Amino acid sequence: MFKIFKRNKYDSVVLHFIMAKLSQLAELPETHQILRQTCRDYADRELSPIAGRLDKEHSYPGKQILDLGAMGVMAIEVPEDLGGAGMDYLAYSVAMEEISRGCATFVFILSLYVSEGKWLKCDSFFTLIVGNGSDAGAASTLAHQEGDEWVLNGTKAWITNSWDASATVVFATTDKKLKHKGISAFLIPMPHPGLSLGKKEDKLGIRASSTANIILEDCRIPLSNMLGPRGAGFKIAMQTLDSGRIGIASQALGIAQASLDCAADYAHKRCAFGSPIGKLQGIQFKLADMAVAIESARLLTWKAASLRDSQKPFTKEAAMAKLAASEAATFCSHQAIQILGGMGYVTDMPAERHYRDARITEIYEGTSEIQRLVIAGQVLKEYQQ
Amino acid sequence: MTGRVLVGVKRVIDYAVKIRVKPDQSGVVTDGVKHSMNPFCEIAVEEAVKMKEKKLIKEVVAVSCGPQQAQETIRTALAMGADRGIHVEVTGKDYENLGPLQVAKIFAALAKKEEAQLVILGKQAIDDDCNQTGQMTAALLDWPQGTFASEVTMEGDKLKVVREIDGGLETIKINIPAVLTADLRLNTPRYATLPNIMKAKKKKIANMKPADLSVDIVSRLEVLKVEEPPQREAGMKVETVEDLVAKLKEGGTI
Repeated sequence: MFKIFKRNKYDSVVLHFIMAKLSQLAELPETHQILRQTCRDYADRELSPIAGRLDKEHSYPGKQILDLGAMGVMAIEVPEDLGGAGMDYLAYSVAMEEISRGCATFVFILSLYVSEGKWLKCDSFFTLIVGNGSDAGAASTLAHQEGDEWVLNGTKAWITNSWDASATVVFATTDKKLKHKGISAFLIPMPHPGLSLGKKEDKLGIRASSTANIILEDCRIPLSNMLGPRGAGFKIAMQTLDSGRIGIASQALGIAQASLDCAADYAHKRCAFGSPIGKLQGIQFKLADMAVAIESARLLTWKAASLRDSQKPFTKEAAMAKLAASEAATFCSHQAIQILGGMGYVTDMPAERHYRDARITEIYEGTSEIQRLVIAGQVLKEYQQ
Repeated sequence: MTGRVLVGVKRVIDYAVKIRVKPDQSGVVTDGVKHSMNPFCEIAVEEAVKMKEKKLIKEVVAVSCGPQQAQETIRTALAMGADRGIHVEVTGKDYENLGPLQVAKIFAALAKKEEAQLVILGKQAIDDDCNQTGQMTAALLDWPQGTFASEVTMEGDKLKVVREIDGGLETIKINIPAVLTADLRLNTPRYATLPNIMKAKKKKIANMKPADLSVDIVSRLEVLKVEEPPQREAGMKVETVEDLVAKLKEGGTI
């Protein structure tokens, strides 16, 4: 047992926890392994073959979403009595990574956890709008009460899956003077009078999912459509973000892993200078760096998920996971194209799609810059005098 | 029918893995190599679970013979919908020498013990390609067999089985109890749903040894050598049909 240098009380709590959970991070429990294998099989057989076409045609994989719903992947951590799979966040992370390895577009919102800790039962697939850019507290969409209705006005930009969702959660300012404590969350079914969609953005990557503005003009919804108490919106958004970061980290891991798979396979097959290029040290160094980047990001992601499952604070770890995984995705996909050379630049091989898909992971669900601020904030708090 | 079905599931090297022969030519490398359920066994499990869903049978019991790791394969069958599992423990040299005849003896004994109405197996395993276990099991039990099944329908107290044979398709009607072996086109195995993966954790897997079933697993066969197929040699290009014919005659092919 090596000497653990305790810097502060938070550290020792986490370290004790890590020692207990180390075996879980080193190897997944059996159910998680079966889940991982099931998702991997599905991704290999049903998603990888169509991913290129979905990207070219910008088409939404409706059937596959329904399949995954039937398998229970869309509601992994929802309790069984509410119709979910009743598994934990680590399972969610593992499933996301495997699905993403097949096709990166599957940006799921699997469930909504409202601030009182109650699950929201929702039959439809819906999209979550946090949409304020990096300045999360400055929600310019306004909501005011008129009789027994809420009236919402404003525009939300960059909303994923907007054209394919059946409902949406909107964060709007209910009390401007309270600043971020005056933001509330609302559930709006789609379509709905007063809610319209902007044009579909023509994106660099993850093209199978639609991204568009959602425009609210005198959008009226019943009072009961407010989620959680008034003013709890920011807190709900932040909580969702923390968990969402683990999901995006898993997605980025899937893309990174797919890039490594593609590059390593090519290194075995492509011959130059008389042997497979995998024999060249230049290529080997790249593959090694890619593998290390992925494995470290994966362990960070599993750790964040495990902390969340044990209801321990996980904000710092979630931000670290998202940062590490998204940077691993862009790094690995970049190197994969380099290893494939000319073949990496054409659509015949998936490397170029991974490169384009990876790029967004450093931007959405909190830019890499925001993640660094979150991490720094946590680190400074630990060292507070 | 309110009976019980035994489904055999074998743990084999995953179909996507590149097989390597051991340097001493005694077998193939299995250590650290990815294993999974034999694809034909998956089809067998799917058929059994479908029969249960149609209420044609009451209980699906997944059976596997092998070392500790065989339990993973049984667990996958449970996640697909089997009700319980039986792990017949065979380890070490016994496991290396385990072949269709011994497995058939085990299944015959279990079918009697469990009072099964049906035994469904994959038509063959992708590691040894024997295609014998189903047939031998039926013979030991003196039950009818529907092998290479691509379609199975219950008709009263009989089974109508469409079999894939060299000449095409053959339809037979057999009595129950019977042994069936699943061919490729019988069905498309389902993906285990997450709720079922969780439920599978709670399902029981009983442990036993061949001796508990009074089965003697001594092999009557001895593997002498395992070697790789010959390396495919490079071909050669010729310019004209006459050259081609000449080369073929030269090589003694024609």
